[in-house]
Amino acid sequence: MLSSGLTLIFSMMGVLNFAHASFYMLGAYAAYQVGYFTGFWPALFLAPILVGAIGAVVERYGLRTVHKFGHVAELLFTFGLAYVIEEIVHLIWGRAPVDYRVPASLDFTIFTIFTTQYPAYRAFMMAISVSMLIGLYLMLTKTRIGLIVQASLTHPDMVEALGHNVPRVFMFVFAGGAALAGLAGVLGGNLFITEPGMAFAVGTIIFVVVVFGGMGSLPGAFVASLLIGTIQTFSVALDYSFVNLMHLVGLEITSESMFYGLSTITLSQLAPVLPYMLLVLMLIFRPSGLMGNRET
Amino acid sequence: MLTVKELNSFYGKSHILHGVDMYVGEGEIVSLLGRNGVGRSTTIKSIMGQVDCTGSIKFKDRELCGKPAYVISREGLGYVPENRDIFPAITVKQNLLLGMKSGIVNERWTMDDMFDMFPQLRDRSEAPAGVLSGGEQQMLTLCRTLMGDPDLVMIDEPTEGLAPKIVEQMAVLFEEIKKRGISIVLVEQKLTIALRISTRVYVMGHGQIVFEGTPSQLSENESVRKEWLEVTG
Ligand SMILES: Nc1ncnc2c1ncn2[C@@H]1O[C@H](COP(=O)(O)OP(=O)(O)OP(=O)(O)O)[C@@H](O)[C@H]1O
Ligand SMILES: [Mg+2]
Repeated sequence: MLSSGLTLIFSMMGVLNFAHASFYMLGAYAAYQVGYFTGFWPALFLAPILVGAIGAVVERYGLRTVHKFGHVAELLFTFGLAYVIEEIVHLIWGRAPVDYRVPASLDFTIFTIFTTQYPAYRAFMMAISVSMLIGLYLMLTKTRIGLIVQASLTHPDMVEALGHNVPRVFMFVFAGGAALAGLAGVLGGNLFITEPGMAFAVGTIIFVVVVFGGMGSLPGAFVASLLIGTIQTFSVALDYSFVNLMHLVGLEITSESMFYGLSTITLSQLAPVLPYMLLVLMLIFRPSGLMGNRET
Repeated sequence: MLTVKELNSFYGKSHILHGVDMYVGEGEIVSLLGRNGVGRSTTIKSIMGQVDCTGSIKFKDRELCGKPAYVISREGLGYVPENRDIFPAITVKQNLLLGMKSGIVNERWTMDDMFDMFPQLRDRSEAPAGVLSGGEQQMLTLCRTLMGDPDLVMIDEPTEGLAPKIVEQMAVLFEEIKKRGISIVLVEQKLTIALRISTRVYVMGHGQIVFEGTPSQLSENESVRKEWLEVTG
């Protein structure tokens, strides 16, 4: 869910980047590899920098070249890149998951809600993602560099005519986005699993969050990722179904009733599809997303 | 100071400028006149590196043709586009800050100079630029460019659709800019203003320069005015 907030960088640049999830995966593998030599803490910093550098190269020598052929070319490029990265990961680390773990110093439970145990590492993840997002937000709105970045995204020609190196701004924005995705990989790879399929697994959910929060809105994506994360986490834990609900209001649904099968589906069974249901609802009722401001 | 030779410009496959030659000297105000669609904006955009072109554009003895726009801007060329491209979401003051070029110190202008010339901007300096009136936005665009300390500014139709009072304020500013040793290339519809403040004028027709001379020469030359400037039915 952390990674989702960070995709925003991309939607801000107007490039829907299929390879974003691949940067997430690269972050996890880089952290595993670097951490193998240095331990978790240095890897926490080094791996995102490494992924950011890869992102910079991709922008400078890849995207910038295809940019003049339009959005479809950009999309195809990132799509292809995602496959290339996956193959490279196969080649270097193989097809099986690698043994990238939560550091021992953070591997304990801090509190328990309902019956869900909340691990310290999740709290740590949360703290880092919140501070990254706040930092990013302040940088974008309060510093001169941030202003140049914002203005470049909306009025590139004008900003360039004022003497700012807009191509370089784009490169750094892209690199920054890749680095943040990499950071998400560092944090998420050990909590979940670090394997070649992980990019695909998070890719769709990132997409949901970005659309849900409103394309191009940083606060929107943040709220959306929190919302979806929370709903998913707790719906897994809450074993309520429609039957229970009816029971509460005094109605009994028996196995003879028409929708019995449907109404016994518990929330936890629904958990994986919930985000998509929310997405569909959002697109019906508020097509621009939670806090989106972009027309169409 | 600025010498343009054999400038040919293209939007994709359409060939818009056919060999434009022009010259702007130090401290001059040069107006570029002509009917709608003859390629005046395209000329400025080509000089600014925003349109594909061939030919030669020399500024302070350096060749600019084919260079990226930010490099051209940092050589000391300022550009005020015709569509008043302000950054609407950020404040007036932040707009002016973005006009400053990283690593280049502006020795000619301070933000207070701008506010003294246009007190309206001082009053609204913390307001988002998007809420300003058209005239105020025009001033802001011009001031933002001046904050980058150009030696030559190219201004595209600054008085279009503005109230006479603000047009007058603009004319005063042009004189002020000139006084500080900055050259101006002005694209203008209103002949009276152009003739009053320019040192020389060019008239364009169909992607070429069709007349070059002083304002008084143009006033006397009725045939050029008839053929290339006045709106015919
Ligand atoms: N982006 C573009 N793509 C294709 N053709 C263009 C483009 N911009 C302008 N043109 C064409 O180039 C020609 C010259 O346009 P230009 O904007 O330079 O005219 P202008 O003299 O500035 O007139 P005005 O500003 O009054 O419209 C016009 O015929 C116009 O249709
Ligand atoms: Mg024009």
